[in-house]
Amino acid sequence: MTDQLTQTPEPAVKKASLTHRLYTGEMSYDFVAKRNRWYLISGVVLLIAILAIAFRGLSLGIEFKGGVEFQAPVQVTSSTVETVRQAVQDLRIPGNDDISVNTIGDGQVRVQTTALSSDEVTQVKGAIAGAIGLQPDDVAYSLIGASWGQQITTQAVIALVVFLVLVMLLIWIYFREFKMSIAAIVALLHDLVITVGVYALVGFTVTPATMIGVLTILGYSLYDTMVVFDRIRENTRELSNTRFTYSVAANSALNQVLVRSLNTTIIGVLPVAALLFTGWFILGTGPLKDLGLALFVGMIAGAYSSIFIATPLLAQMREADPDMVEHRERLARRAARATEKAAVRKPKAVTLVAGDATAPPVDPASLGLVPAKALDPTTRRQPSKQARSRRKK
Amino acid sequence: MATTSRKHAHPLRTLVIFALVIAGFYTIIAVSGVWMPKLGLDLRGGSTITLTASNSTGSGQVDAKSLELARTIIQQRVDGYGVGESEVTTSGDRQIVVSVPNVQKDDLVRLVGTTAQLYFRKVYNVAAATGSVAEPSATPSASAQPSASATASAEPSASASVSSPSPSASSTANKRPLPSLPTPVASPRPTTPGETKPLADLLTWTPSDRDNSDFETYLCGDTNFPDVTTEALITCDQDKAYKYLLGPALIPGNMVTRAIAAVPQNSVAYVVQLEFNNQGAADFQTVTAHLATQTSPQNQFGIVLDGQVISAPSVASNYTAGIAGGKAEISGSFTQKSAQDLANILSYGALPLSFDVSSVENVSAKLGADQLQAGIIAGVIGLALVLAYSILYYRALAVVVAASLVVAFGLTWALVVLLGTSMGFALNLPGIAGAIVAIGVTADSFIIYFERIRDEAREGRSLRTAIETGWQRSRSTILAADSVSLLSAVVLFIIAIGAVKGFAFTLGLTTLIDIAVVFFFTHPMLTLLGRTKFFGEGHRFSGFEAQHMGTTNPPLHNSRRTKGAAVVGGEA
Repeated sequence: MTDQLTQTPEPAVKKASLTHRLYTGEMSYDFVAKRNRWYLISGVVLLIAILAIAFRGLSLGIEFKGGVEFQAPVQVTSSTVETVRQAVQDLRIPGNDDISVNTIGDGQVRVQTTALSSDEVTQVKGAIAGAIGLQPDDVAYSLIGASWGQQITTQAVIALVVFLVLVMLLIWIYFREFKMSIAAIVALLHDLVITVGVYALVGFTVTPATMIGVLTILGYSLYDTMVVFDRIRENTRELSNTRFTYSVAANSALNQVLVRSLNTTIIGVLPVAALLFTGWFILGTGPLKDLGLALFVGMIAGAYSSIFIATPLLAQMREADPDMVEHRERLARRAARATEKAAVRKPKAVTLVAGDATAPPVDPASLGLVPAKALDPTTRRQPSKQARSRRKK
Repeated sequence: MATTSRKHAHPLRTLVIFALVIAGFYTIIAVSGVWMPKLGLDLRGGSTITLTASNSTGSGQVDAKSLELARTIIQQRVDGYGVGESEVTTSGDRQIVVSVPNVQKDDLVRLVGTTAQLYFRKVYNVAAATGSVAEPSATPSASAQPSASATASAEPSASASVSSPSPSASSTANKRPLPSLPTPVASPRPTTPGETKPLADLLTWTPSDRDNSDFETYLCGDTNFPDVTTEALITCDQDKAYKYLLGPALIPGNMVTRAIAAVPQNSVAYVVQLEFNNQGAADFQTVTAHLATQTSPQNQFGIVLDGQVISAPSVASNYTAGIAGGKAEISGSFTQKSAQDLANILSYGALPLSFDVSSVENVSAKLGADQLQAGIIAGVIGLALVLAYSILYYRALAVVVAASLVVAFGLTWALVVLLGTSMGFALNLPGIAGAIVAIGVTADSFIIYFERIRDEAREGRSLRTAIETGWQRSRSTILAADSVSLLSAVVLFIIAIGAVKGFAFTLGLTTLIDIAVVFFFTHPMLTLLGRTKFFGEGHRFSGFEAQHMGTTNPPLHNSRRTKGAAVVGGEA
């Protein structure tokens, strides 16, 4: 198999769109055959992600460490941070010599302290409000107990495991093909690691909203995979009656849904990008931004993995199955016979295999493709060009 | 694949029925008069306090009944705090979430976070709460005068005429003294418990002159008298009908092992039966023996929860040996509900639960408004981007996308409003995020469908046929993909704690709505449009234009197969 887009010259018709050419297999890219390349690329990305997680670590939000976070609206000036820090430190609350004060955008100031009692919260609120000239009630705060983060993490892990098991079952039941479950789950884990890795690299704070975002990716990443797998199932339903191997059928399915996959991903990412944008630039912090980034990265990784990881992996696993081995042997025998025959007559005709992933084997009549017979020039019947009405004459 | 006359009627009928369903939702909304969704506290300001229960005894498991009981008690406390519109819910298997809008009071945290204090104290004096600053009570107490002759019986079967003052637990909002709060009294009373004295000493305790004079001037609801177990307590009952001067705590509520409301045999009235543990039984006997010798009102117990007298049953004079066996019965003019309420409160003392404040989320009204605005902006941008992209890619077909999104939005709005009024579902910021993410999920279904139609058209079907066969083939894909989305939303909803539950909820809700819209709106709509000349014949801007779709022939009405399109693929 060659390493380029293969495009056969068209007959004298108007130039068809890319979508069309991808669909018919006139133009196709062999995703499945080049799987080792994708595995390598993903392997490298995963390695970077894992290294980032291991060495840079995740910057966990206050929700995981416990403590109090105050947030107040203020017109940020160069002295804001110092004024607020001074005001809070002047309270001399034990254990809070090292408070963190920063600004979010130019309209918010944020103060993070360790755990405080309610009285101390009131004091700090008052100090912050005094420092920037607000009413204490304008200072928002959130207080997180020390065990809260542990609880959230436990719940998230439970959610992850429950979801993975359920999805595996769902895919198995829907597609009746356990290998599809495995391929989908592998792709899913791939997306998860990459998303978490990006968080480690970018250094965004991990909050409960982030975790929910990451868990949502599970659903979204699978959405793409389901669409591709659905088409693969359709293409391979009567595989033994076709001249295609599983890999070829899977690859043609990929090419057929490629545009659709791109479209769904773009449409899915657009609102998420809006979330990320608003969360980042308008609010500066909070669930919109946290959810936004996790979903943004995860959805793109999900689209990639459903095409480049899940499908090649599925094809690879299926090809190892005895029925597929048998099917390939049968095809090989058939091809050998065809070559013999062709050698006797016209050696030229063999070029037809070039496209590797040609028209889908589904209902060839509806395509008007006459696929299998087209191989053999002797059996091909030209359709009548004459309309009935004219024939009668 | 020919469209029969039966199929002609179909899409229109579906559309009409669907429109009627939506209209039905909006009729309900119009009747209820609430048009806006209920907003979460992160969007309008307020405090959300999450408490985590832990079991101080046994396996550490928190059973649902105890948690619900604790929730009821906390709800009563918050209501008593007089903030209004508060909401106390259980979440998961061990969380209690208290949401109080528009309140910035920091002591609220302390109020809900403190373990409830239930004590049996001795009543020293009772007076009508004259000149109380109490707001008009909606339920004038129909209960007996507190000093009415009363008895507590050891045996449920004993024929003791017993009355319990003011057993009716009203939910009237009233200010009640907070535990250990600093008081505005000139020389403050102690706010921390002193040394606990033996029971015998406590029974000989007498109120000081200051206690008596404070009692004279005490007005219900005006001051926060410190509720300290080793000191006197002056407080009122729930209806603020009477004020009480109470001695130090004699028996703590956690010695009650069981309290139930029941109708004893040979009786028609409800009573509350309670049982004590061994220590409690002994103390109870000692105390009742003492009380039986006293005169009214000093023969009364004050059962005090969080510094408020819940009930003040008296002990009949014939129990000079005290009520033995650790079993007692309070009777009076109970209704089933009031008996149940009192039993609940008494059982609360037996709850082996303690609560930790896990998180406090305090959003100022301004931040709330900002977040709401940002959520709306994000939604508008997201929607605009999706529409722009679909116009670019699907041309006039984007009208269908837009219309479907509008319908989906209308349906979502209606359901969120209705769920808000009926189930108290509040839309919070993560919830808005879920709805925005769902724009993509919803639009994805259309794309799967539209692309499938194009595929079918590419295979040479006429547009009208392609709309039908494309639908049949994409339907299962849409359902499969949506069910994965739904599954993740459900798992998240069940497991999530805190505000992110809202995200899972709206995501799941909108996924369901998406399925409804695709099935009952987009598909029939497209079927109808496919019959028009503009779409059906693949007009240049229809989105079904041959060139744009990639077929090389116009998908004419019922032109079953056209030569060019068929050959192109075949020659590959």
